[in-house]
Amino acid sequence: MGTTLDDITITGLSHAFSVAGAPLPVLEGIDLVMPAGRVSAVVGPSGSGKSTLLRIVAGLLPADEGRVAIGGRRVVGPDPRVGLVFQEPRLLPWRDALDNVAYPLELAGVGREERRDRAAAFLELVGLTGFGSALPGQLSGGMAQRVGLARALVQEPRVLLLDEPFGALDALTRDHLDAEILRLWDRLGATIVIVTHSIPEAVFLADRVVVLSARPGRVVADIPVELPRPRSWATLDEAASTRSARAIRDALERRGGPLPGPSDARLPVTGSAA
Amino acid sequence: MTTRADEQPATTAAAPRRGRAAGMSHLLRDVAAIAGVGLLLALVWQAIVWVGGYQPFFLPGPLVVLQRWQTAIVAGTLTPHLLTTLTEILLGLAVGISSALVIGFLLARSVSAERLLSPWIVAAQATPILALAPLIVIWFGSGLLSKVLICALICFFPMTVATTVGLRSVDPRLLEMGRSVRATRRQLLTTIELPAALPQVMGGLKVSVTLAVVGAIVAEWVGGERGLGVLINLARGSLFDTPLLFATLLTIALVGVVLYLVVVLLERRLLGARASG
Ligand SMILES: Nc1ncnc2c1ncn2[C@@H]1O[C@H](COP(=O)(O)OP(=O)(O)OP(=O)(O)O)[C@@H](O)[C@H]1O
Ligand SMILES: [Mg+2]
Repeated sequence: MGTTLDDITITGLSHAFSVAGAPLPVLEGIDLVMPAGRVSAVVGPSGSGKSTLLRIVAGLLPADEGRVAIGGRRVVGPDPRVGLVFQEPRLLPWRDALDNVAYPLELAGVGREERRDRAAAFLELVGLTGFGSALPGQLSGGMAQRVGLARALVQEPRVLLLDEPFGALDALTRDHLDAEILRLWDRLGATIVIVTHSIPEAVFLADRVVVLSARPGRVVADIPVELPRPRSWATLDEAASTRSARAIRDALERRGGPLPGPSDARLPVTGSAA
Repeated sequence: MTTRADEQPATTAAAPRRGRAAGMSHLLRDVAAIAGVGLLLALVWQAIVWVGGYQPFFLPGPLVVLQRWQTAIVAGTLTPHLLTTLTEILLGLAVGISSALVIGFLLARSVSAERLLSPWIVAAQATPILALAPLIVIWFGSGLLSKVLICALICFFPMTVATTVGLRSVDPRLLEMGRSVRATRRQLLTTIELPAALPQVMGGLKVSVTLAVVGAIVAEWVGGERGLGVLINLARGSLFDTPLLFATLLTIALVGVVLYLVVVLLERRLLGARASG
Protein backbone atom coordinates (compact mmCIF):
# COMPACT_ATOMS: atom_id res chain seq x y z
CA MET A 1 0.00 0.00 0.00
CA GLY A 2 0.98 3.62 0.27
CA THR A 3 4.41 4.83 1.20
CA THR A 4 5.42 8.23 2.48
CA LEU A 5 6.04 9.04 -1.17
CA ASP A 6 2.41 9.95 -1.71
CA ASP A 7 1.50 11.88 1.41
CA ILE A 8 0.01 15.34 1.09
CA THR A 9 1.54 18.04 3.24
CA ILE A 10 -0.29 21.32 3.59
CA THR A 11 1.54 24.04 5.51
CA GLY A 12 0.35 27.51 6.45
CA LEU A 13 -2.23 27.56 3.71
CA SER A 14 -4.44 30.65 3.41
CA HIS A 15 -6.54 31.84 0.56
CA ALA A 16 -8.89 34.72 -0.11
CA PHE A 17 -11.02 35.46 -3.15
CA SER A 18 -11.70 38.98 -4.13
CA VAL A 19 -15.41 39.55 -4.38
CA ALA A 20 -16.58 42.94 -5.67
CA GLY A 21 -13.19 44.41 -4.90
CA ALA A 22 -13.14 43.26 -1.28
CA PRO A 23 -11.11 40.28 -0.13
CA LEU A 24 -13.16 37.28 1.00
CA PRO A 25 -10.97 35.08 3.22
CA VAL A 26 -11.90 31.48 2.56
CA LEU A 27 -9.12 29.40 4.10
CA GLU A 28 -6.90 30.44 6.99
CA GLY A 29 -3.78 28.84 8.38
CA ILE A 30 -4.44 25.29 7.29
CA ASP A 31 -1.79 22.79 8.40
CA LEU A 32 -2.55 19.21 7.52
CA VAL A 33 -0.86 15.99 6.59
CA MET A 34 -2.85 13.46 4.63
CA PRO A 35 -0.91 10.23 5.23
CA ALA A 36 0.01 8.17 2.21
CA GLY A 37 -2.32 5.32 1.41
CA ARG A 38 -4.93 6.47 3.93
CA VAL A 39 -8.39 7.90 3.53
CA SER A 40 -8.90 11.39 4.94
CA ALA A 41 -12.31 13.00 4.98
CA VAL A 42 -12.92 16.75 5.16
CA VAL A 43 -16.22 18.01 6.52
CA GLY A 44 -17.34 21.54 7.19
CA PRO A 45 -20.26 23.90 6.71
CA SER A 46 -21.17 25.05 3.27
CA GLY A 47 -18.83 27.78 2.11
CA SER A 48 -16.06 26.82 4.49
CA GLY A 49 -13.64 26.42 1.60
CA LYS A 50 -13.59 22.63 1.19
CA SER A 51 -13.78 22.74 -2.61
CA THR A 52 -11.25 25.56 -2.64
CA LEU A 53 -8.90 23.41 -0.56
CA LEU A 54 -9.22 20.52 -3.01
CA ARG A 55 -8.70 22.80 -6.01
CA ILE A 56 -5.51 24.11 -4.42
CA VAL A 57 -4.26 20.59 -3.66
CA ALA A 58 -5.11 19.57 -7.24
CA GLY A 59 -3.01 22.45 -8.55
CA LEU A 60 -5.97 24.17 -10.20
CA LEU A 61 -5.72 27.25 -8.03
CA PRO A 62 -2.53 28.83 -6.67
CA ALA A 63 -2.89 29.58 -2.97
CA ASP A 64 -2.27 33.08 -1.65
CA GLU A 65 -0.07 31.78 1.13
CA GLY A 66 1.46 28.53 2.26
CA ARG A 67 2.41 25.45 0.34
CA VAL A 68 1.12 22.08 -0.70
CA ALA A 69 3.47 19.21 -1.38
CA ILE A 70 2.79 15.68 -2.52
CA GLY A 71 5.52 13.26 -1.59
CA GLY A 72 7.70 16.24 -0.71
CA ARG A 73 7.34 17.79 -4.15
CA ARG A 74 5.59 21.09 -4.25
CA VAL A 75 2.35 21.27 -6.22
CA VAL A 76 2.57 24.09 -8.77
CA GLY A 77 -0.06 22.98 -11.27
CA PRO A 78 -2.25 20.04 -12.22
CA ASP A 79 -0.17 17.03 -11.30
CA PRO A 80 -0.16 13.64 -13.00
CA ARG A 81 -0.04 11.99 -9.61
CA VAL A 82 -3.43 13.44 -8.72
CA GLY A 83 -6.88 12.32 -9.86
CA LEU A 84 -9.82 14.60 -9.13
CA VAL A 85 -13.51 13.74 -9.02
CA PHE A 86 -15.87 16.69 -9.01
CA GLN A 87 -19.24 17.08 -7.39
CA GLU A 88 -20.84 16.81 -10.85
CA PRO A 89 -19.69 14.24 -13.41
CA ARG A 90 -18.34 16.92 -15.80
CA LEU A 91 -18.36 14.55 -18.74
CA LEU A 92 -17.92 15.80 -22.29
CA PRO A 93 -21.47 15.36 -23.60
CA TRP A 94 -20.38 14.63 -27.18
CA ARG A 95 -18.13 11.72 -26.20
CA ASP A 96 -19.33 8.31 -25.20
CA ALA A 97 -18.46 6.89 -21.80
CA LEU A 98 -15.37 5.07 -23.04
CA ASP A 99 -13.93 8.13 -24.76
CA ASN A 100 -14.67 10.22 -21.68
CA VAL A 101 -12.66 7.81 -19.55
CA ALA A 102 -9.92 7.71 -22.18
CA TYR A 103 -9.79 11.52 -22.37
CA PRO A 104 -6.81 12.06 -20.02
CA LEU A 105 -4.88 9.36 -21.89
CA GLU A 106 -5.69 11.00 -25.20
CA LEU A 107 -4.35 14.31 -23.88
CA ALA A 108 -1.20 12.54 -22.76
CA GLY A 109 -0.68 11.19 -26.26
CA VAL A 110 -1.43 7.52 -25.55
CA GLY A 111 -2.26 5.65 -28.77
CA ARG A 112 -5.88 4.93 -29.65
CA GLU A 113 -5.85 1.17 -29.13
CA GLU A 114 -4.00 1.30 -25.85
CA ARG A 115 -6.11 4.06 -24.37
CA ARG A 116 -9.35 2.33 -25.32
CA ASP A 117 -8.13 -0.88 -23.69
CA ARG A 118 -7.12 0.90 -20.55
CA ALA A 119 -10.32 2.93 -20.42
CA ALA A 120 -12.38 -0.22 -20.87
CA ALA A 121 -10.55 -1.82 -17.95
CA PHE A 122 -11.42 1.12 -15.69
CA LEU A 123 -15.02 1.19 -16.87
CA GLU A 124 -15.17 -2.42 -15.80
CA LEU A 125 -13.58 -1.54 -12.48
CA VAL A 126 -16.39 0.92 -11.71
CA GLY A 127 -18.99 -1.63 -12.82
CA LEU A 128 -19.92 -0.13 -16.18
CA THR A 129 -18.93 -2.93 -18.53
CA GLY A 130 -21.06 -2.69 -21.65
CA PHE A 131 -21.81 1.01 -21.27
CA GLY A 132 -18.72 2.20 -23.14
CA SER A 133 -20.67 3.48 -26.12
CA ALA A 134 -23.38 5.22 -24.08
CA LEU A 135 -23.42 9.00 -24.24
CA PRO A 136 -23.44 10.95 -20.94
CA GLY A 137 -27.04 12.03 -21.61
CA GLN A 138 -28.08 8.40 -21.59
CA LEU A 139 -26.52 7.60 -18.22
CA SER A 140 -28.15 7.91 -14.81
CA GLY A 141 -26.59 10.32 -12.32
CA GLY A 142 -24.83 7.50 -10.48
CA MET A 143 -23.51 5.95 -13.67
CA ALA A 144 -22.24 9.30 -14.94
CA GLN A 145 -20.47 9.90 -11.64
CA ARG A 146 -18.84 6.49 -11.92
CA VAL A 147 -17.59 7.42 -15.39
CA GLY A 148 -16.09 10.53 -13.80
CA LEU A 149 -14.46 8.30 -11.22
CA ALA A 150 -13.06 5.99 -13.89
CA ARG A 151 -11.68 9.04 -15.74
CA ALA A 152 -9.87 10.13 -12.57
CA LEU A 153 -8.51 6.62 -12.03
CA VAL A 154 -7.42 5.86 -15.58
CA GLN A 155 -4.05 7.55 -15.19
CA GLU A 156 -3.50 5.51 -12.05
CA PRO A 157 -3.01 8.48 -9.74
CA ARG A 158 -1.34 7.96 -6.40
CA VAL A 159 -3.61 10.60 -4.89
CA LEU A 160 -7.36 10.64 -5.38
CA LEU A 161 -9.31 13.78 -4.47
CA LEU A 162 -13.07 13.50 -4.26
CA ASP A 163 -15.22 16.62 -3.87
CA GLU A 164 -18.61 15.53 -2.56
CA PRO A 165 -18.59 12.97 -5.36
CA PHE A 166 -21.95 11.43 -4.55
CA GLY A 167 -23.63 14.39 -2.88
CA ALA A 168 -26.23 14.74 -5.61
CA LEU A 169 -27.22 11.07 -5.57
CA ASP A 170 -29.85 9.30 -3.53
CA ALA A 171 -28.74 7.72 -0.25
CA LEU A 172 -28.87 4.12 -1.49
CA THR A 173 -26.73 4.82 -4.55
CA ARG A 174 -24.37 6.83 -2.44
CA ASP A 175 -23.91 4.02 0.08
CA HIS A 176 -23.30 1.63 -2.75
CA LEU A 177 -20.71 3.86 -4.41
CA ASP A 178 -19.00 4.53 -1.08
CA ALA A 179 -18.54 0.79 -0.65
CA GLU A 180 -17.13 0.68 -4.18
CA ILE A 181 -14.67 3.44 -3.33
CA LEU A 182 -13.38 1.36 -0.44
CA ARG A 183 -13.09 -1.69 -2.66
CA LEU A 184 -11.10 0.33 -5.20
CA TRP A 185 -8.96 1.85 -2.49
CA ASP A 186 -8.16 -1.65 -1.23
CA ARG A 187 -6.97 -2.54 -4.69
CA LEU A 188 -5.19 0.65 -5.66
CA GLY A 189 -3.87 1.78 -2.31
CA ALA A 190 -4.03 5.44 -3.22
CA THR A 191 -4.01 8.37 -0.84
CA ILE A 192 -7.62 9.53 -0.74
CA VAL A 193 -9.08 12.84 0.35
CA ILE A 194 -12.85 13.04 0.27
CA VAL A 195 -14.89 16.16 0.94
CA THR A 196 -18.39 15.41 2.13
CA HIS A 197 -21.41 16.87 3.85
CA SER A 198 -22.38 13.52 5.22
CA ILE A 199 -21.00 12.54 8.60
CA PRO A 200 -21.94 8.84 8.18
CA GLU A 201 -20.17 8.81 4.83
CA ALA A 202 -17.06 10.38 6.36
CA VAL A 203 -17.05 7.83 9.18
CA PHE A 204 -17.62 4.92 6.86
CA LEU A 205 -14.83 5.84 4.46
CA ALA A 206 -12.13 7.59 6.42
CA ASP A 207 -9.29 6.81 8.74
CA ARG A 208 -9.60 10.32 10.09
CA VAL A 209 -11.95 13.20 9.64
CA VAL A 210 -10.81 16.80 9.40
CA VAL A 211 -13.43 19.31 10.51
CA LEU A 212 -13.32 22.82 9.10
CA SER A 213 -14.93 25.86 10.68
CA ALA A 214 -17.34 28.14 8.90
CA ARG A 215 -15.73 30.63 6.53
CA PRO A 216 -12.90 31.37 6.75
CA GLY A 217 -12.17 27.69 7.04
CA ARG A 218 -9.71 26.60 9.70
CA VAL A 219 -9.05 23.13 11.00
CA VAL A 220 -11.06 22.84 14.24
CA ALA A 221 -10.77 19.12 14.82
CA ASP A 222 -8.95 16.11 13.48
CA ILE A 223 -10.84 13.02 14.55
CA PRO A 224 -9.48 9.51 14.07
CA VAL A 225 -11.95 6.83 13.05
CA GLU A 226 -11.02 3.54 14.63
CA LEU A 227 -13.14 1.11 12.70
CA PRO A 228 -11.69 -2.15 11.48
CA ARG A 229 -11.18 -2.72 7.78
CA PRO A 230 -12.39 -3.98 5.43
CA ARG A 231 -15.61 -2.11 6.15
CA SER A 232 -19.06 -2.66 4.77
CA TRP A 233 -22.39 -1.14 5.66
CA ALA A 234 -23.62 -4.52 6.84
CA THR A 235 -20.80 -5.21 9.28
CA LEU A 236 -20.25 -1.64 10.41
CA ASP A 237 -19.66 -1.42 14.16
CA GLU A 238 -22.63 0.73 15.11
CA ALA A 239 -21.34 1.78 18.53
CA ALA A 240 -17.88 2.78 17.32
CA SER A 241 -19.17 4.61 14.28
CA THR A 242 -21.75 6.44 16.35
CA ARG A 243 -19.00 7.55 18.72
CA SER A 244 -16.94 8.95 15.86
CA ALA A 245 -19.98 10.57 14.31
CA ARG A 246 -20.83 12.24 17.60
CA ALA A 247 -17.29 13.57 17.99
CA ILE A 248 -17.48 15.08 14.48
CA ARG A 249 -20.89 16.56 15.13
CA ASP A 250 -19.73 18.07 18.40
CA ALA A 251 -16.74 19.65 16.72
CA LEU A 252 -18.94 21.07 13.99
CA GLU A 253 -21.49 22.43 16.40
CA ARG A 254 -18.95 23.97 18.71
CA ARG A 255 -16.83 25.60 16.05
CA GLY A 256 -18.16 24.90 12.63
CA GLY A 257 -21.72 26.12 12.57
CA PRO A 258 -24.94 24.27 11.89
CA LEU A 259 -25.11 21.10 9.86
CA PRO A 260 -28.20 19.09 9.02
CA GLY A 261 -29.56 16.82 11.76
CA PRO A 262 -28.50 13.16 12.07
CA SER A 263 -31.29 11.80 9.94
CA ASP A 264 -31.06 14.55 7.31
CA ALA A 265 -27.38 13.96 6.78
CA ARG A 266 -28.05 10.87 4.74
CA LEU A 267 -31.00 12.17 2.76
CA PRO A 268 -30.52 13.11 -0.86
CA VAL A 269 -30.27 16.78 -1.60
CA THR A 270 -33.76 17.54 -2.84
CA GLY A 271 -34.03 18.26 -6.50
CA SER A 272 -30.36 18.05 -7.23
CA ALA A 273 -30.36 14.41 -8.28
CA ALA A 274 -30.42 14.57 -12.07
CA MET B 1 -34.08 19.60 -38.06
CA THR B 2 -32.27 18.87 -34.81
CA THR B 3 -35.33 17.37 -33.18
CA ARG B 4 -35.29 14.69 -35.80
CA ALA B 5 -31.77 13.69 -34.86
CA ASP B 6 -32.75 13.67 -31.18
CA GLU B 7 -35.70 11.39 -31.63
CA GLN B 8 -33.60 8.28 -31.42
CA PRO B 9 -30.55 8.99 -29.31
CA ALA B 10 -30.31 5.35 -28.27
CA THR B 11 -30.09 4.14 -31.85
CA THR B 12 -27.51 6.67 -32.91
CA ALA B 13 -25.26 5.89 -29.98
CA ALA B 14 -25.56 2.15 -29.83
CA ALA B 15 -25.34 1.58 -33.58
CA PRO B 16 -23.97 4.61 -35.38
CA ARG B 17 -24.19 2.93 -38.75
CA ARG B 18 -27.86 2.11 -38.39
CA GLY B 19 -28.38 5.60 -36.99
CA ARG B 20 -26.88 7.14 -40.09
CA ALA B 21 -29.01 4.94 -42.34
CA ALA B 22 -32.08 6.06 -40.41
CA GLY B 23 -30.92 9.66 -40.95
CA MET B 24 -30.73 9.06 -44.69
CA SER B 25 -34.23 7.60 -44.87
CA HIS B 26 -35.44 10.56 -42.84
CA LEU B 27 -33.83 12.77 -45.45
CA LEU B 28 -35.54 10.89 -48.28
CA ARG B 29 -38.85 11.32 -46.53
CA ASP B 30 -38.11 15.01 -46.10
CA VAL B 31 -37.31 15.36 -49.79
CA ALA B 32 -40.50 13.52 -50.74
CA ALA B 33 -42.57 15.75 -48.48
CA ILE B 34 -40.95 18.88 -49.88
CA ALA B 35 -41.58 17.70 -53.43
CA GLY B 36 -45.22 17.04 -52.55
CA VAL B 37 -45.68 20.55 -51.19
CA GLY B 38 -43.94 21.91 -54.30
CA LEU B 39 -46.38 20.07 -56.52
CA LEU B 40 -49.29 21.47 -54.56
CA LEU B 41 -47.96 25.01 -54.88
CA ALA B 42 -47.47 24.50 -58.62
CA LEU B 43 -51.09 23.42 -58.95
CA VAL B 44 -52.31 26.50 -57.10
CA TRP B 45 -50.05 28.65 -59.24
CA GLN B 46 -51.36 27.10 -62.45
CA ALA B 47 -54.94 27.56 -61.23
CA ILE B 48 -54.31 31.26 -60.59
CA VAL B 49 -52.92 31.67 -64.11
CA TRP B 50 -55.94 29.92 -65.63
CA VAL B 51 -58.54 31.72 -63.58
CA GLY B 52 -56.91 35.12 -64.08
CA GLY B 53 -56.12 34.43 -67.71
CA TYR B 54 -52.72 36.09 -67.32
CA GLN B 55 -50.30 36.51 -70.21
CA PRO B 56 -46.92 34.69 -69.83
CA PHE B 57 -45.02 38.01 -69.79
CA PHE B 58 -47.06 39.02 -66.71
CA LEU B 59 -47.37 35.72 -64.86
CA PRO B 60 -46.24 32.57 -66.67
CA GLY B 61 -47.64 29.27 -65.42
CA PRO B 62 -45.40 26.59 -63.94
CA LEU B 63 -45.46 24.50 -67.09
CA VAL B 64 -44.30 27.43 -69.23
CA VAL B 65 -41.57 28.16 -66.70
CA LEU B 66 -40.45 24.54 -66.61
CA GLN B 67 -40.28 24.47 -70.39
CA ARG B 68 -38.31 27.68 -70.48
CA TRP B 69 -36.03 26.29 -67.79
CA GLN B 70 -35.39 23.22 -69.86
CA THR B 71 -34.67 25.11 -73.09
CA ALA B 72 -32.41 27.50 -71.21
CA ILE B 73 -30.41 24.56 -69.88
CA VAL B 74 -30.31 22.76 -73.24
CA ALA B 75 -29.34 25.94 -75.11
CA GLY B 76 -26.57 26.54 -72.60
CA THR B 77 -28.04 29.89 -71.52
CA LEU B 78 -28.29 29.06 -67.82
CA THR B 79 -25.24 26.97 -66.97
CA PRO B 80 -22.47 29.58 -67.41
CA HIS B 81 -24.41 32.05 -65.28
CA LEU B 82 -25.04 29.39 -62.65
CA LEU B 83 -21.37 28.41 -62.52
CA THR B 84 -20.29 32.03 -62.15
CA THR B 85 -22.71 32.63 -59.31
CA LEU B 86 -21.75 29.38 -57.59
CA THR B 87 -18.07 30.31 -57.78
CA GLU B 88 -18.79 33.70 -56.23
CA ILE B 89 -20.88 32.13 -53.47
CA LEU B 90 -18.39 29.42 -52.58
CA LEU B 91 -15.38 31.73 -52.60
CA GLY B 92 -17.33 34.36 -50.68
CA LEU B 93 -18.36 31.77 -48.11
CA ALA B 94 -14.79 30.55 -47.77
CA VAL B 95 -13.46 34.07 -47.18
CA GLY B 96 -16.36 35.21 -45.00
CA ILE B 97 -16.52 32.13 -42.84
CA SER B 98 -12.82 31.75 -42.27
CA SER B 99 -12.37 35.39 -41.31
CA ALA B 100 -15.48 35.21 -39.11
CA LEU B 101 -14.07 32.17 -37.32
CA VAL B 102 -10.83 34.00 -36.61
CA ILE B 103 -12.48 37.26 -35.54
CA GLY B 104 -15.17 35.42 -33.58
CA PHE B 105 -12.46 33.52 -31.74
CA LEU B 106 -10.63 36.76 -30.93
CA LEU B 107 -13.81 38.41 -29.69
CA ALA B 108 -14.62 35.42 -27.50
CA ARG B 109 -11.11 35.36 -26.06
CA SER B 110 -10.48 38.98 -25.34
CA VAL B 111 -12.87 41.44 -23.79
CA SER B 112 -10.78 44.37 -25.02
CA ALA B 113 -10.84 43.02 -28.58
CA GLU B 114 -14.60 42.84 -28.33
CA ARG B 115 -14.86 46.41 -27.00
CA LEU B 116 -12.59 47.66 -29.73
CA LEU B 117 -13.94 45.74 -32.70
CA SER B 118 -17.60 45.03 -32.15
CA PRO B 119 -18.89 48.59 -32.77
CA TRP B 120 -17.24 48.53 -36.20
CA ILE B 121 -18.51 45.08 -37.01
CA VAL B 122 -22.03 46.07 -36.02
CA ALA B 123 -21.77 49.30 -38.00
CA ALA B 124 -20.64 47.38 -41.08
CA GLN B 125 -23.54 45.01 -40.64
CA ALA B 126 -26.09 47.79 -40.07
CA THR B 127 -25.11 49.53 -43.32
CA PRO B 128 -27.32 47.96 -46.00
CA ILE B 129 -25.35 45.75 -48.33
CA LEU B 130 -27.23 47.33 -51.22
CA ALA B 131 -25.65 50.65 -50.31
CA LEU B 132 -22.18 49.22 -49.77
CA ALA B 133 -22.12 47.11 -52.91
CA PRO B 134 -21.68 50.01 -55.40
CA LEU B 135 -18.75 51.32 -53.36
CA ILE B 136 -17.11 47.93 -53.31
CA VAL B 137 -17.53 47.69 -57.08
CA ILE B 138 -16.01 51.15 -57.51
CA TRP B 139 -13.02 50.14 -55.37
CA PHE B 140 -12.46 46.58 -56.51
CA GLY B 141 -13.88 46.58 -60.03
CA SER B 142 -16.80 44.62 -61.39
CA GLY B 143 -14.93 41.32 -61.56
CA LEU B 144 -14.95 38.28 -59.32
CA LEU B 145 -13.15 40.01 -56.45
CA SER B 146 -15.90 42.49 -55.62
CA LYS B 147 -18.53 39.74 -55.74
CA VAL B 148 -16.56 37.53 -53.40
CA LEU B 149 -16.08 40.47 -51.04
CA ILE B 150 -19.78 41.29 -50.99
CA CYS B 151 -20.68 37.63 -50.34
CA ALA B 152 -18.05 37.44 -47.62
CA LEU B 153 -19.26 40.65 -46.03
CA ILE B 154 -22.89 39.58 -45.86
CA CYS B 155 -22.16 36.29 -44.12
CA PHE B 156 -19.39 37.62 -41.93
CA PHE B 157 -21.61 39.04 -39.20
CA PRO B 158 -23.91 36.11 -38.43
CA MET B 159 -20.94 33.77 -38.56
CA THR B 160 -18.87 35.94 -36.22
CA VAL B 161 -21.70 36.23 -33.72
CA ALA B 162 -22.32 32.48 -33.86
CA THR B 163 -18.64 31.72 -33.26
CA THR B 164 -18.32 34.16 -30.37
CA VAL B 165 -21.52 33.05 -28.69
CA GLY B 166 -20.61 29.40 -29.23
CA LEU B 167 -17.17 29.74 -27.70
CA ARG B 168 -18.52 31.79 -24.82
CA SER B 169 -21.18 29.20 -24.08
CA VAL B 170 -18.61 26.61 -23.01
CA ASP B 171 -19.25 25.39 -19.48
CA PRO B 172 -16.31 26.68 -17.39
CA ARG B 173 -16.59 23.58 -15.24
CA LEU B 174 -15.73 21.45 -18.26
CA LEU B 175 -12.70 23.63 -18.86
CA GLU B 176 -11.65 23.16 -15.25
CA MET B 177 -12.05 19.42 -15.69
CA GLY B 178 -9.81 19.65 -18.76
CA ARG B 179 -7.20 21.56 -16.81
CA SER B 180 -7.34 18.99 -14.01
CA VAL B 181 -6.30 16.27 -16.46
CA ARG B 182 -3.52 18.51 -17.77
CA ALA B 183 -4.92 19.64 -21.08
CA THR B 184 -2.77 22.31 -22.73
CA ARG B 185 -4.44 25.52 -23.91
CA ARG B 186 -4.47 24.17 -27.39
CA GLN B 187 -6.01 20.89 -26.26
CA LEU B 188 -8.67 22.77 -24.31
CA LEU B 189 -9.55 24.56 -27.53
CA THR B 190 -9.67 21.50 -29.76
CA THR B 191 -11.21 18.99 -27.36
CA ILE B 192 -13.62 21.17 -25.37
CA GLU B 193 -14.20 24.67 -26.70
CA LEU B 194 -14.59 23.92 -30.40
CA PRO B 195 -16.85 20.87 -29.97
CA ALA B 196 -18.96 22.81 -27.46
CA ALA B 197 -19.27 25.74 -29.90
CA LEU B 198 -20.15 23.52 -32.84
CA PRO B 199 -23.97 23.67 -32.60
CA GLN B 200 -23.93 27.47 -32.66
CA VAL B 201 -21.34 27.54 -35.42
CA MET B 202 -23.49 25.24 -37.52
CA GLY B 203 -26.46 27.54 -36.92
CA GLY B 204 -24.39 30.48 -38.12
CA LEU B 205 -23.37 28.49 -41.16
CA LYS B 206 -27.01 27.86 -42.09
CA VAL B 207 -27.75 31.57 -42.00
CA SER B 208 -24.53 32.33 -43.86
CA VAL B 209 -25.07 30.07 -46.86
CA THR B 210 -28.49 31.54 -47.57
CA LEU B 211 -27.21 35.08 -47.13
CA ALA B 212 -24.28 34.35 -49.43
CA VAL B 213 -26.75 33.60 -52.24
CA VAL B 214 -28.41 36.96 -51.66
CA GLY B 215 -24.99 38.61 -51.60
CA ALA B 216 -23.98 37.14 -54.94
CA ILE B 217 -27.18 38.26 -56.67
CA VAL B 218 -26.97 41.76 -55.21
CA ALA B 219 -23.33 42.01 -56.28
CA GLU B 220 -24.18 40.94 -59.81
CA TRP B 221 -26.99 43.45 -60.05
CA VAL B 222 -24.65 46.25 -59.15
CA GLY B 223 -22.25 45.35 -61.92
CA GLY B 224 -21.21 42.25 -63.76
CA GLU B 225 -21.16 40.46 -67.06
CA ARG B 226 -22.23 37.05 -65.97
CA GLY B 227 -24.18 35.36 -63.20
CA LEU B 228 -27.75 34.56 -62.27
CA GLY B 229 -28.28 38.12 -61.05
CA VAL B 230 -27.18 39.41 -64.44
CA LEU B 231 -29.48 36.93 -66.14
CA ILE B 232 -32.42 38.28 -64.13
CA ASN B 233 -31.61 41.76 -65.35
CA LEU B 234 -31.30 40.54 -68.90
CA ALA B 235 -34.54 38.57 -68.82
CA ARG B 236 -36.45 41.46 -67.33
CA GLY B 237 -34.91 44.32 -69.28
CA SER B 238 -33.59 43.66 -72.74
CA LEU B 239 -35.10 40.22 -73.39
CA PHE B 240 -38.48 40.88 -71.83
CA ASP B 241 -38.58 37.15 -71.12
CA THR B 242 -40.60 36.68 -67.92
CA PRO B 243 -40.55 32.84 -68.07
CA LEU B 244 -36.74 32.99 -68.14
CA LEU B 245 -36.87 35.39 -65.18
CA PHE B 246 -38.90 32.83 -63.27
CA ALA B 247 -36.61 29.99 -64.31
CA THR B 248 -33.65 32.01 -63.04
CA LEU B 249 -35.38 32.75 -59.75
CA LEU B 250 -36.11 29.08 -59.28
CA THR B 251 -32.48 28.27 -60.01
CA ILE B 252 -31.36 30.75 -57.37
CA ALA B 253 -33.79 29.33 -54.84
CA LEU B 254 -32.57 25.85 -55.65
CA VAL B 255 -28.96 26.88 -55.10
CA GLY B 256 -29.93 28.20 -51.66
CA VAL B 257 -31.81 25.04 -50.76
CA VAL B 258 -29.00 22.76 -51.89
CA LEU B 259 -26.39 24.72 -49.95
CA TYR B 260 -28.61 24.64 -46.89
CA LEU B 261 -29.09 20.89 -47.22
CA VAL B 262 -25.35 20.39 -47.47
CA VAL B 263 -24.97 22.21 -44.16
CA VAL B 264 -27.76 20.14 -42.61
CA LEU B 265 -26.03 16.95 -43.71
CA LEU B 266 -22.72 18.22 -42.38
CA GLU B 267 -24.41 19.11 -39.13
CA ARG B 268 -25.95 15.67 -38.79
CA ARG B 269 -22.59 14.12 -39.44
CA LEU B 270 -20.84 16.25 -36.87
CA LEU B 271 -23.54 16.46 -34.22
CA GLY B 272 -25.66 13.43 -35.02
CA ALA B 273 -24.41 11.34 -32.16
CA ARG B 274 -24.69 14.15 -29.64
CA ALA B 275 -27.47 13.82 -27.12
CA SER B 276 -29.71 16.82 -26.64
CA GLY B 277 -29.15 19.23 -23.76
N1 LIG C 1 -13.81 31.57 -7.94
C1 LIG C 1 -14.34 32.18 -6.87
N2 LIG C 1 -14.44 33.52 -6.83
C2 LIG C 1 -14.96 34.13 -5.74
N3 LIG C 1 -15.41 33.49 -4.67
C3 LIG C 1 -15.35 32.16 -4.64
C4 LIG C 1 -14.81 31.43 -5.75
N4 LIG C 1 -14.87 30.12 -5.46
C5 LIG C 1 -15.40 30.03 -4.23
N5 LIG C 1 -15.69 31.25 -3.73
C6 LIG C 1 -16.26 31.53 -2.42
O1 LIG C 1 -15.42 30.91 -1.47
C7 LIG C 1 -16.20 30.36 -0.43
C8 LIG C 1 -15.83 28.90 -0.26
O2 LIG C 1 -16.22 28.20 -1.43
P1 LIG C 1 -16.04 26.64 -1.54
O3 LIG C 1 -16.66 26.24 -2.82
O4 LIG C 1 -14.63 26.27 -1.34
O5 LIG C 1 -16.91 26.14 -0.32
P2 LIG C 1 -17.31 24.66 0.09
O6 LIG C 1 -16.82 24.44 1.47
O7 LIG C 1 -16.85 23.71 -0.95
O8 LIG C 1 -18.89 24.76 0.11
P3 LIG C 1 -19.96 23.65 -0.28
O9 LIG C 1 -19.97 22.70 0.85
O10 LIG C 1 -21.23 24.41 -0.37
O11 LIG C 1 -19.52 23.04 -1.57
C9 LIG C 1 -17.64 30.59 -0.79
O12 LIG C 1 -18.09 31.69 -0.04
C10 LIG C 1 -17.61 30.94 -2.25
O13 LIG C 1 -18.61 31.86 -2.54
MG1 LIG D 1 -17.84 22.51 -2.41
